[in-house]
Amino acid sequence: MSVNRTQRVDLEVVTDLIPAHSRVLDVGSGDGLLLELLQETRQVDGRGLELSQRGVNECVARGLSVVQGDADKDLEFYPDKGFDFVVLSQTLQATRNPKLVLDELLRIGNRAIVSFPNFGHWRVRFSLLIKGRMPVTKDLPYSWYDTPNIHFCTIRDFVNLCEELGATVEKATALDANGQKIGLSMPWWFWNFFGQQAVFLLKR
Amino acid sequence: MAVQRALRTNNEADRPSSPVLQFGPDKPLKLDAGTVLSPFQVAYQTYGTLNDARSNAILVCHALTGDQHVANTNPVTGKPGWWEVLIGPGKIIDTNRFFVICANVIGGCLGSTGPASTNPATGRPYGLDLPIITIRDMVRAQLMLVDHFGIEKLFCVIGGSMGGMQVLEWAASYSERVFSALPIATGARHSSQNIAFHEVGRQAVMADPDWHGGKYLDFGRRPEKGLAVARMAAHITYLSEAALHRKFGRNLQDREALTFGFDADFQIESYLRHQGMTFVDRFDANSYLYLTRAMDYFDLAADHGGRLADAFAGTKTRFCLVSFTSDWLFPTEESRSIVHALNAAGASVSFVEIETDRGHDAFLLDEPELFAAINGFIASAARARGLSL
Repeated sequence: MSVNRTQRVDLEVVTDLIPAHSRVLDVGSGDGLLLELLQETRQVDGRGLELSQRGVNECVARGLSVVQGDADKDLEFYPDKGFDFVVLSQTLQATRNPKLVLDELLRIGNRAIVSFPNFGHWRVRFSLLIKGRMPVTKDLPYSWYDTPNIHFCTIRDFVNLCEELGATVEKATALDANGQKIGLSMPWWFWNFFGQQAVFLLKR
Repeated sequence: MAVQRALRTNNEADRPSSPVLQFGPDKPLKLDAGTVLSPFQVAYQTYGTLNDARSNAILVCHALTGDQHVANTNPVTGKPGWWEVLIGPGKIIDTNRFFVICANVIGGCLGSTGPASTNPATGRPYGLDLPIITIRDMVRAQLMLVDHFGIEKLFCVIGGSMGGMQVLEWAASYSERVFSALPIATGARHSSQNIAFHEVGRQAVMADPDWHGGKYLDFGRRPEKGLAVARMAAHITYLSEAALHRKFGRNLQDREALTFGFDADFQIESYLRHQGMTFVDRFDANSYLYLTRAMDYFDLAADHGGRLADAFAGTKTRFCLVSFTSDWLFPTEESRSIVHALNAAGASVSFVEIETDRGHDAFLLDEPELFAAINGFIASAARARGLSL
């Protein structure tokens, strides 16, 4: 089972944050790419929660421990601090209640790792400002009327939400349009402008 | 022909065409009913070879009207084993790799002690003198069989429907003896609707004058009509409206027009009558009463202070649950509530819902997605258990 590592740099960034043999819950585990990567490279005790039944069945057929469920509804059944890490990868913007979901992640995991597309990226701003159209980009390929992404936020918005929930940002990484990490020394506004995706390591 | 088969069923109760393990007065079976069953026996089949480490054993738990003949020709019906699509050499559950055990449940009629077995105290069949049997009692008897083989930890316990209830009971009561568990199309309790259907079936059996208050074998009779009706009603619950429509629609049976009578004008009527008739050839009516009762009494949460998650507290067993979209006997919600409880208990759990219109009985059929899930789960569990491929 080899994972195509070039396509999803954010997955590598997430993987780098997780020590070997950790207990990991991947919320929105999709086709199981991240779980497989984590099992291969970190030998984690990994579990997945995924909305799409097709995704779940494929994961289970590949031997991954995944259940069908909804991040908005099913996280309440997990016990407090049951996992070392709870990962929410490219899913926050598709949840109905991102604040509640993030709160649950912080309750279930000793640490939460959240990655999301940054709606403050200059291309998004450019599309709205100049073209007057909702952005359709490589990372956000949907039109406004058929997008599953109902709660976009910018990096600044997300940092505010973390403060509101009493979460500490232990580490943050922004990736530019080429999937390269943006230098740590750059100020937030720079990240918010040039970061296409962000990955946060949180603790509460 | 039918009479001969019926007689063979009776013979199977005391002297089955399977290996039998007998437990004497020194090894009574403690029953939930507050009494003991002693002496008693367990009839079973095995396939494959137990490895030296005794770590490759898979226990298959059969459903209400199933039996231990899971992967060999059934001695009563002459038909293939009920899960031969799944179990056998080179199959998903590969008997070249795994040691597969399947035992007739206590209360059954194919060789494990049940109502058709001879009561040693009277020399007559038990009939209703057999104490009520529960799912937990069945599992206790299976545990004694597993102990007999010297198996400390089963690699996997798998079963559908009533078999799935036994899997859950194993995982709850003897989690340290179960490495992985595969409950399929089942629930942690029997719903009110399911109890209702079972009661209809039992009343049909008991309304048959040939039932004789349960002592029909003493009279040389069998309540075939009542049991057939029970089976017909139950069989409807194993299918789905869509599947019935797809298979039968309103098609007429061997005729061009309605007969304006009560013959089996419709194919579905003829089909159900056939199901009822063939069932009575192979199954004991009192066994049907006992086993339906066992399912009705099953409520795993109630056994653990009302909280299902407590049934699985601290479990290290790996679980994979499977449900089917068109199963209205054990709908997906039943499995989902078990998944929630397992999540709350911090258990390792996979859960697959399979889209099919074949209803509850889909677990017995050739369902590629079911097989893919079982295959993936067992392969990964085998790796974790250190079983070589």
